[in-house]
Amino acid sequence: MSRLTSKFAALKASGRKALIPFITAGDPYPEFTVPLLHEMVRAGADIIELGVPFSDPMADGPVIQRASERALSHHVGLRKVLSMAAEFRKTDQTTPLVLMGYLNPIEIMGYEAFANAAQRADIDGVLTVDMPPEEAEHCVSLLRAREIDQIFLLAPNSDAERIRKMDAVGSGYLYYVSLKGVTGAGHLDTADVERKLQIIRQNTNLPIGVGFGVKDAETAGLIAGIADAIVVGSALITKIEENLPDPEMAKAGIIALLRSMRQAIDA
Amino acid sequence: MTDKYDMPDALGHFGPYGGIFVAETLMPAITQLNEAYQRYLQDPEFIAELDADLKHYVGRPSPLYHAERWSRELGGAQIYLKREDLNHTGAHKVNNTVGQALLAKRMGKTRIIAETGAGQHGVATATVAARLGLECVVYMGAVDVARQALNVYRMKLLGARVVAVESGSKTLKDALNEAMRDWVTNIDNTFYIIGTVAGPHPYPAMVRDFQAVIGREAKQQCLEQAGKLPDALVACVGGGSNAIGLFYPFIDDHAVQMFGVEAAGDGIETGRHSAPLTAGRPGVLHGNRTYLMADDDGEIIETHSISAGLDYPGVGPEHAWLKDTGRAQYVSITDSEALEGFHALTKMEGIIPALESSHAMAYVTRLAPTMRQDQIIIVNLSGRGDKDMHTIAQREGIKV
Repeated sequence: MSRLTSKFAALKASGRKALIPFITAGDPYPEFTVPLLHEMVRAGADIIELGVPFSDPMADGPVIQRASERALSHHVGLRKVLSMAAEFRKTDQTTPLVLMGYLNPIEIMGYEAFANAAQRADIDGVLTVDMPPEEAEHCVSLLRAREIDQIFLLAPNSDAERIRKMDAVGSGYLYYVSLKGVTGAGHLDTADVERKLQIIRQNTNLPIGVGFGVKDAETAGLIAGIADAIVVGSALITKIEENLPDPEMAKAGIIALLRSMRQAIDA
Repeated sequence: MTDKYDMPDALGHFGPYGGIFVAETLMPAITQLNEAYQRYLQDPEFIAELDADLKHYVGRPSPLYHAERWSRELGGAQIYLKREDLNHTGAHKVNNTVGQALLAKRMGKTRIIAETGAGQHGVATATVAARLGLECVVYMGAVDVARQALNVYRMKLLGARVVAVESGSKTLKDALNEAMRDWVTNIDNTFYIIGTVAGPHPYPAMVRDFQAVIGREAKQQCLEQAGKLPDALVACVGGGSNAIGLFYPFIDDHAVQMFGVEAAGDGIETGRHSAPLTAGRPGVLHGNRTYLMADDDGEIIETHSISAGLDYPGVGPEHAWLKDTGRAQYVSITDSEALEGFHALTKMEGIIPALESSHAMAYVTRLAPTMRQDQIIIVNLSGRGDKDMHTIAQREGIKV
């Protein structure tokens, strides 16, 4: 059983929901990332999505674009992110780590080389924004052979047929993008998400994470009432951006936000 | 392999290239677009309306002009220019925007978006949007906004809103990223007119089919004027729409050689170029798998060319396939060589070509002397050079 699958099983058994923070690796500088990952776990993170910086983040809003640009200015690319993941794993053997990013870095490394490298770094899941299930077969089979889950996105306009397709190809969990648009945009309509989750659950038994629009403890608490996992990204990265001269302050802001979300989720 | 060329497959693959690599939110829109495109492509009423627009609005057919003086000067093959510079708006781009705008209208979309590099595709899009009364937003890298001020003004006159993109390298690829972000956000009422044979399926095939009018006309005109097929075709390649437009109707005519000319910028060896087929590697960007300029981490490398329209790190997936199969050959021309090509055509034939097309002209000056005088080259004169006067004057130290 993959680390993600057992994590969700354990959470379910104890009646809890997963809190999944997303941060871009290497933002604002490379040495910031691994200590932050450990502190996020202590603040209540169950799973971590670690963003792989990409020069052309087409599905991301300005906040995550700028995070990518800051990381790339320190030459943090896929190979460096894999070494950060391995370093994190030295002192944390339980928290699942998911790499999230775009396909081209994996293409250039080569699917098989990437699958081997991800296994060596003890990565648990891979979420590739611009790889739909139609194009995913080869990559998924290589990852699955190494007990690494491929996580797919679902959108508000994904119909039942597509949900079943994701269910067939994906594993670990499915990530429901609660808004049309890019990351960090707009606000979240909980009733709308709830209606959509009902349709999704009719077509898959995989755990469902909800992201895009989770900004604070209140929205996290609301989503916890209907989803299996709450994903927060842009709101955390905003803390980094607001405190660029003082990274310790940024870290404190991220931890405080995660703690408040944890409380609201468990309430 | 069969004799008849029938790429792409149903999911948009040209061998290993092409495909659909987009975020999930875009998938329903792409499916809808593909269905509409497949349907209207077979619809006689749609085809008739498109043909009428190409004739009366664009001004087609464009002439195939025998450049006799230039041919004599070079002393080799007979050079024929396919005069896409004489189209309405001054380039081949309008062939595609007229087609996609008609499709947008049929699909009930009220808002058009586009990306543009040199501004030719932006102008061609703003033009058809004005004609059909559709809202139009054009994304353009901030660097390109500065170096193509005249085209920015043209777009504004035509009623389009031009958004200067400040992210990344602030050029064409970043404009494409921003247009994708807009599309994913406004998917219900918005039609995205991509200007080249790249992007997720069906764009590479659809844009090719709209541009193939260039090659169909050229083939017929060549048979009428010279009594035989050409021996070689030459066209510049950025994304590659004017080249595919010329090449496609000749793909099964195996005796016809095809040369795509990429921008070598300061020279391939300097790394400052825009020549992914010559010096790049396969990867995935902007919705398709193709040759790209990327580093060892898969990050996209900044490109360089004197011509904004060729300044792009990728290339249409069908070109990647034609390169791998050897059906077409891809060569490169530096900024300086392109300028020589520019002056050669201007002085010998009284025709001022766009900097993009000047790359093709420069390759012709190299190719023609290696061929016999009874052989024929058709070169695509994809656009006129008015937009580049400022760039050329500046480069040559002349104050206009």
